Amino acid sequence: MASLLSLDCPLPQLEFDRILLGHGSGGLLTNKLLETGVFDLLNNDWLAQKHDGAVLQLEGPVAFSTDSYVVSPVFFPGGNIGELAVNGTVNDLAMCGADARYLSLGFILEEGLLMTDFWEILLSIRQACAAAGVLVVTGDTKVVERGKGDRIFINTTGLGPIHPQARIHSNRVLPGDKVIVSGPIAAHGMAILSVREGLEFESSIQSDTRPLKEMALRLLDTAGEAIHLFRDPTRGGVATTLNEIARDRKVGFRLWQRALPLDEVVAAACEILGLDPLYVANEGIFIAVVDPAVEAAVLATLHGLPGGSQACTIGEVTDEHPGQVVLHGLIGGKRVVGMLPGEQLPRIC
Amino acid sequence: MLLPNRDKIIIRCTLYTARVYEKPNRMKFLNEYRDPELVEQYLQELHECTTRPWSIMEVCGGQTHSLVKNGILNLLPPPINMIHGPGCPVCVTPLHLIDKAVYLAMEKGVILCSYGDMIRVPGSRMSLLEAKARGADIRILYSPLESVRIAQELPDKEVVFFAVGFETTAPANALAVLQARTLGLRNFSILTSHVLVPPAIEAVMNDPEARIDGFLAAGHVCAIMGTEEYVPLVERFQVPIVVTGFEPVDLLQGILMTVRQLESGQAKLENAYSRVVRPEGNLPARSVIAQAFEVADREWRGIGTIPGSGYELQESLAAFDAVKKFEVPLEKAPEDPSCIAGLVLKGIRKPRECPQFGKGCTPSTPLGAPMVSSEGACAAYYYAQV
Repeated sequence: MASLLSLDCPLPQLEFDRILLGHGSGGLLTNKLLETGVFDLLNNDWLAQKHDGAVLQLEGPVAFSTDSYVVSPVFFPGGNIGELAVNGTVNDLAMCGADARYLSLGFILEEGLLMTDFWEILLSIRQACAAAGVLVVTGDTKVVERGKGDRIFINTTGLGPIHPQARIHSNRVLPGDKVIVSGPIAAHGMAILSVREGLEFESSIQSDTRPLKEMALRLLDTAGEAIHLFRDPTRGGVATTLNEIARDRKVGFRLWQRALPLDEVVAAACEILGLDPLYVANEGIFIAVVDPAVEAAVLATLHGLPGGSQACTIGEVTDEHPGQVVLHGLIGGKRVVGMLPGEQLPRIC
Repeated sequence: MLLPNRDKIIIRCTLYTARVYEKPNRMKFLNEYRDPELVEQYLQELHECTTRPWSIMEVCGGQTHSLVKNGILNLLPPPINMIHGPGCPVCVTPLHLIDKAVYLAMEKGVILCSYGDMIRVPGSRMSLLEAKARGADIRILYSPLESVRIAQELPDKEVVFFAVGFETTAPANALAVLQARTLGLRNFSILTSHVLVPPAIEAVMNDPEARIDGFLAAGHVCAIMGTEEYVPLVERFQVPIVVTGFEPVDLLQGILMTVRQLESGQAKLENAYSRVVRPEGNLPARSVIAQAFEVADREWRGIGTIPGSGYELQESLAAFDAVKKFEVPLEKAPEDPSCIAGLVLKGIRKPRECPQFGKGCTPSTPLGAPMVSSEGACAAYYYAQV
C-alpha cells in the first residue's frame, strides 16, 4: 500500500481522513468527496456534466456486461480492487468480442474506510482505464454503516461495439477445435491466498490482472470467424470454465497436463497447499476455442503482444465423453476434471 | 524447484513445524518423481515380477488420491489390487465431535477454527459450513498457530481449534497449545481428533473380513514418527510394510518393493521414501508431541473404538482441552445407516460398491465423510470418475 508521499497524484487537502456516513447522503459531504476527489481524477466530458446519466452515441451491435467486485483483501500483490473492477468488465466485454469503451462505476463504501485507501483505489482505476482505453462516464457512491460492508465493494458495467469479424458463440464450438490459453494459470488466486493467509513465499506471487481487450481484438483481426469462443477463467479456474462449456454444448474436452503453462512459484505454492491449479482463479488470461486451421496464426499473434508471450494450446474439443473434461496426465494416466461443489480447500496433511 | 533459494526449508503451514526437507543441492524433486520414463520402467518391472494376485493397502488418503489422480490404478498390472486405507483424518473424526464443534460455534459463540476440509463434513444436524452460513464464527486456517494469534487478539472471545489429523499435524497442534500456555491465554482450547497409523493397521489386520497382503505406510506420518513402530507389526502379522511417498514414481517404487517381497515370501519393513523419512523420524517434532499429548483410546468414525489409537492432551494441559472446558449436552447421534464409510475405510468395500455412490451420496450431498474430504476414497473415485 502506497504512503501519501508516494502516490503520483497527491491526495487533496480534506477535512476528513475517513469515509463518513454523510459522504453517501447526497449533501455537502458527498459533493466534497466527489468534487475534490472522484471527478478530479476521472474527469471527462460526461462526468463533467454531473448529470444523472451519460448519453452515448453507439452504432451497430454492442456488448453490455456487468460485474461486482468484493475481493478481500482489497490490496494484494500485483493490484487492488480498483483495477480488478476495470479490467474485469473490460475483459467480459472482450470475451464477447467487444471493444470496451464506456464504464459505469458504482461504489459501496464502508463507513471508516481510509481516504488514503480510497484515493489509491481511484488512482488505480484511472490508470487501468487509461491502459484499457475506456472511460468512466457515470457512477454512484453509497456509504453503509461500519460492519455492513467489507471496506469497499465496486460494481462496473461496460459497453462497447462488437468487432465486425466477431462471431463468438458457444454453439460454434465443434469437435476438433483447439483450446488455447493466453498465459500462465492460477496466479491471481494464489496471490490472494498468499496475502489472505499470511503465507510467506520467498518470491511474491503477483496477481495477473490485466486488460485482455487488445489481445482479443487482434485475434479477431487475425482470425475473425475462426475464433469460435472466448472465455476468461475467473472464479473456479480453467476447469470450471471448460466444464461449463462442455455441459452446455455437450462436447468433451481433452487437456494435456504437460501443456498447461504454470509459473514455478505458483506451482510450488499449489503443491504445498494441495490445490489444483486448474481450479484456481485467474484475472489476466483467457481461453480461445478456435478452428484448428488458425491455431498457428492465433499463437503467433498472441506471442507478439504484451501478456501473450506464454500462450499455448492446452487441449482440444472432442466428441468423445460429451459433457466431460478429461486431463491426460504427465505419466500416461487420464482422469476426469469435474466441477467442484464449492471452493477448493487446501489439504490438511 | 519446490521452493526457491533455500538449502534447508521450513515450511510454515499445517503440515510441518520442524525441518522436513533437507536438500544440499537444489533438485527438481517433483519433476523427477513424475518422470514418465521412470514411471514406464517401474510399470514394466511390475508387470514382469507379478505372478499372482496381491492386495496392497496404501494407508494414507493422500496416497489414494495420487493413485487415482495420476491414473496409476489403471496402469498397474491387473493382479495387483490396491485397497484404500483409513488414512483420512477428516473421514475418521467421530460424528459427535463434529456435532460438538457445531454446538460450540452456534450455541456458545466460540470462534471455531478449522482446517478447510473439515467444515464440509456433515454432522447429525449440520456441517460447520452450514453453521457458518447461519452466522457462526467459523474460520478456515492453514495453521493452528493462527488460532492462537486470534485468541491473543480477541481476549474476550473463546477460540477453539478443531485439531484433526494423523501424527503429521500433531506437532503443529502441540506447538499451538504450548504457545498458548506460554502466553498465559485463558481463551484458547483445542478439540482433539488425533489418530495414529500403527493401531489402524493393527485394527485392519485383526478384521476377519479384511484381506491385506502388504502395506504402503504413510510417508508424511513416518517423516514425523520414524519407522521403528512398524517393525512389531511386520513381525506379528508377517506382512511387508514399505514406507512410501506420494508422487507417481514414489508410489510405484513402494508397490514394486512390496510385490517383490510378496513374490519371494518375505515380510520386512523397508523405506522407499528415505529422502524424507529417517528411522528415528523428526526428533524435534516428536519431542513437541511428547510435551503436549499422550496416547489414548480413540473412536474412529465408521470403525469404532481402537485402543491406544489417538492422542489426548496431557492432564497438565487440561485447561486447553475443549471437551473438558465446555459442557456440551448432546446425545450421541446415530450415523446415517446407508453410509458404508467404515467398510470403505477398512478397504473391505470399494467406493463404487456402495449403493449410494454418486446417487444419494455426492460431494455436494455427502452421506458421510469419505465423499467430502480431499483425502477420502469416495471423493477420489467420484471426481476422477474411476
